[in-house]
This record gives sequence, C-alpha cells and structure tokens, in this order.
Amino acid sequence: MTKKLRTEPRIEDPDDFYAGLISLHEGLDSEQSQSLNSKLILLMANHIGDRQTLDELLALAHSYRPQE
Amino acid sequence: MRGVRQTYPFVKPTELDSPERARAPVIIVGAGPVGMAMGLDLDRHGIRNIILDDDNKVSIGSRAICWSKRVLEIMDRLGCGERMLAKGVQWNLGKVFFGDEKEPVYGFNILEQEDQQFPGFVNLQQYYVEEYLIDEIDRSALTGIRWENEVVAVEQTDAGVTVTIGTPQGEYKLDCDYLIAADGSNSPVRKMLGFEFDGETFQDHFLIADIKMKAGFPTERWFWFDPPFNRGQSALLHKQPDDVWRLDFQLGWDIDREEELKLENISRRIRAMLGESLEFEFEWASIYTFQCRQMDRFVHDRIIFIGDAAHLVSPFGARGANGGLQDVDNLGWKLALVLNDNAPVGLLESYNNERVIAARENVLNSTRATDFITPKSTTSRIFRDSALELAREFEFARRFVNSGRLSVACVLDQSELNVMDSDDFGGDLVPGSPALDAPVTINGEESWFLKTIGKQFTGVYFATDGTQAPDGAAKLEADAIPVKTIVVATGDETETLVDHKGILEKRLDGEPGTYCLFRPDQHLVARWRDFDLQAVRSAVAEATMHTHTTDTT
Repeated sequence: MTKKLRTEPRIEDPDDFYAGLISLHEGLDSEQSQSLNSKLILLMANHIGDRQTLDELLALAHSYRPQE
Repeated sequence: MRGVRQTYPFVKPTELDSPERARAPVIIVGAGPVGMAMGLDLDRHGIRNIILDDDNKVSIGSRAICWSKRVLEIMDRLGCGERMLAKGVQWNLGKVFFGDEKEPVYGFNILEQEDQQFPGFVNLQQYYVEEYLIDEIDRSALTGIRWENEVVAVEQTDAGVTVTIGTPQGEYKLDCDYLIAADGSNSPVRKMLGFEFDGETFQDHFLIADIKMKAGFPTERWFWFDPPFNRGQSALLHKQPDDVWRLDFQLGWDIDREEELKLENISRRIRAMLGESLEFEFEWASIYTFQCRQMDRFVHDRIIFIGDAAHLVSPFGARGANGGLQDVDNLGWKLALVLNDNAPVGLLESYNNERVIAARENVLNSTRATDFITPKSTTSRIFRDSALELAREFEFARRFVNSGRLSVACVLDQSELNVMDSDDFGGDLVPGSPALDAPVTINGEESWFLKTIGKQFTGVYFATDGTQAPDGAAKLEADAIPVKTIVVATGDETETLVDHKGILEKRLDGEPGTYCLFRPDQHLVARWRDFDLQAVRSAVAEATMHTHTTDTT
C-alpha cells in the first residue's frame, strides 16, 4: 500500500505556528496541558478522517516513543 | 428486599428407582433464559430434551434487563416475544451526562429501523422472561425442566455422554447423544471437564440497585460520567416495568464490600443521585466486578457450551443474554439436522465457528466500553474527558463516547455456510445477515414478514406474475432437507403474501424474479436474480455442510 501520510515540509511560517502551539500551554499545569493536547489530537484526527493516514500517524509516532 | 417469586417443586425422576438407564437425544444443563430457550428451540425442531437445574426458582433480582430486537424476534418463534413486548418497557433514547453540568452532553436514538414488529430494545426483568419460558415449556411435549437436579459428573464417550445427577432423594444417571452446557458463567460442567475460560477481570466494582419508585423520570437510558453524586466514577439510570428502576454505581476497586452493601449506605447514594426526599423501596442490590472471558471452542465433540458458560461480557451493551440467545438460535436447527442424520457432524463445527466469532465481537465491544468507562491510565482518562467535552458541540466526538455499544444482531458474513452473491445486489442484507422484518399482509390481514420464515430453510420469491411460485419450488419442498417457498405476490391485498408498503422489496432488494434463501435461523444464505433449482439445492447443501447436492428427483 502506498503511504498516504505526508511528511515533507507543508506548514507556512513554521516558527509562527510553533510559537502559537507553545503559547497555548502557557500557565497550564501538566494535567491541563495534557487535556488541551488530547483535544487537539482528537480534532486533528477527525479533520484528517482518512483511516490509513491516521494509522500511519499512530505507527510513526509510536516508533518515536521514548525508549526505556 | 423482595423475596423469591415462586418455587418449583422437585419431582422424583422415575429413573431413580429404575435399574435401566434412560437416554435422551439432548440434555441441557441450566434453566436460565438461555438453557430454557434451548429446550424450546429444540422442541420446535422436534427434538426431545431434558433441562436440568440445580435450583428451584427463577432468577432473584432483575439481572438481565435489556432485550434486543433480534432476541425478541428469536423469542417470538419460541412463543414469548409478544408477551415480552407487552410487559416490557420500550425505550429509544439514551442521554449522556458529564461532570456538574445538568444538561446532557448529548442524546442518542437507538431506533434502528422503522416498520418492524419489535423495537430496538425492551427492558424487562429476567425473572419475567424466565417465567414466560417456563409457561411455554409446560405446554411442550418434548422438553421439561427437572428442578433440583444437579449435575455432579459428566463422562463423554464416542457414543454419547453420561451424566450423573444428584437430587434430594439420591443420585441417578442419564445418557444422551449431546449435552448442552447452559450453566452460566461459573459453569460447573466446564470446570468438571477442566476447560479454560480465558480473559480478564476488570479492576473495578459496580453496585446495582433496583428500586421501586414513582418518579417522573422519562423512559430513557441515562448515563453519567463523573457526576457530583459519584465523583470520579460513573452511574446509570434505566427503567423497568412495575415502576422498578435500575441504578448502577461505579465504586472503584478499593472498597469495603460489606459496608457498601448496607442498605443505609445504598440509600445515601440513591438520595444523593435522585433527591433527598425520594421515596422508594428496594427490589434487589448486588455488587459485582466485570469480566470478559470466552472459551477457545464451544463445541467439544458431544458437549456443547452456550451462553455465559461459553462467553462472559460486562453488562455495558447488553451483550450477555442477548448473545446467549443468538447461540440458541444458531445451534438448534443444526443439532436437529445432525440428530436426524440429515447433516454431517461437521455442521456443528459451524456453530462453533460462527458463535466464537460473534462472542469475540461481543467481548471486544464490551472490553472497549469498560476501558472507556474505567480508564486504565491518567492519559486514557484525560482523552476520555476530552472526548466528552468536545461531544457537547461536535458530533464526531460523540462517536468516541462509549457507555456501551448496544447489542445488534450478529451478521455472519464470514461464515462458511454462505454462498457468495453471483448477481448484483443492494438493499440492507449481505449473505450471513439475519433477515430484516417488514410489514406485510397475509390473506389481507396485517402481519410481519419474519413470522413467515424460519424453523426450516425458506426461500422468499418475489413473483413476476401474481402468486405464481417458480417452477421447481414444489420439488424443493420434497427434498430430504425441505425448502419452503414463500411467494411475495404482485397483486392486490387479497393475495397470499403482499408487500403492501414495498418495504420488503426495498430491504431485500427484491426486484421481480429474485429468490432469497434463508436458513432456519433466518440468516440469509444466498440469493439470485432468477430461480434455479440446482443453485438452491447446492446452496442448501453448502449451508448444511454437505459436500454434494441432495438429490431426490
């Protein structure tokens, strides 16, 4: 199966987006940050919608998990 | 608490005094809803059987309360469906609450399809269902219950099974061709034979309280995540007949069971949930843990497991009794064909294959619901709460919220008994689906399609002209495994069977000339755009595990 997940650079003005992402978490404790992140993930997942792309995302993120 | 409804007397079996050992084609262990339905289903297929039960009463407390549409259809063929519908509480709406917010996060409608005799669910205490089954069994010449007959030993040989039975007046033995274990989640038969029952026990406790109250709550399923009256846990409210309400409180893992079961403590919980001034009486209360388990195989030569003895799920989703009764529906006709030498023993293997897959689906759904309700990690809990928060606004997030995926009819689309479509079909069914009901008229009288099929193989033919059956339909009726043909007439309302609203045609994609073959349990085997006698015969052969076509012409 051909890969559907796109990993080449696609975001316009990445520094600005990144700063926006980090600023979301300003003043939040760890639980609040996790809660925000999980909502972000669920919203993004639904926006992507395509199951194959989502499964590739899960697999790729899993392969980058911290090692013990 | 309410007492026992009624006890059923021990009747001394004649075999206790007889030197000769009696033999029955089938012995069923366990007179719960599943065991009793099995006895009746075999009765409808002409197979004599004996039901043994170690107790002398129906279930204490309501226990199983949600009966699915498919199960009502199955129970209808056993004579109990309309009583269940008349007594039961119908409901279509569920609501999900989260946290302190008084307004529900969302509501959902479970009504799957209109124009069917039975609704998506009715709620009814298990003891009523058992009493209806007992009434039907009392009318049967081929099945009967022996109360206070406890199976103490089971021995299987090539020729059959010998059961040793303990009674208040001593032990005796019975022989049978097949033993069906319907003896519940702790199945003594399974334990005697040393079969594994793999799965998991969830680290959680739930308190069920059935209370009687005159309350103005609507007839809906209400489910709370993290409500103020049960912080960090879940709760459920659901109506039953006779003003009885099912309350379910998640308690967590680390609890003092005895303390929690004290009536004053349960009352405190109930008043916190429903109001301090609430007047109510207790019907039943119990604390339980959830398990999801199943046997690797349900068929062990001449010993066959059904219901909770074979597979156990958590109650969220109502997949316990509803799954067990679909086991019954699947097994009865197959065992009857095998016992009458009309099908090879291999047909029983298809019960094993079809219902093991169905049980896996139920275990999977039930495990996922339990994991959502009782998250196993902080991250899992945070994701759950996030889904619930998003669900207030977004439909997509409601799809993640899981307070139990309610039992729907099992589609046996992977079954080896199906014949793949060779013609193009649309509609609501695929080979392996249970038939869908539809309103029809029979001789001008309003009736339901599902009442016309089942018990034996049935072909549904959409006539091209009037009530004319296809050539060869009469030959099928005379086969060793007869196929009855039902003609859906094209004419007016005085004809035999008329699809007067056109709904059956739509559901089955039945354009004129179409022939749909259903198994005795109403699952679709095969369908064609044109009737072909040989094609129908080979489909019946395939659906009964014969390698060759039955040929009686």
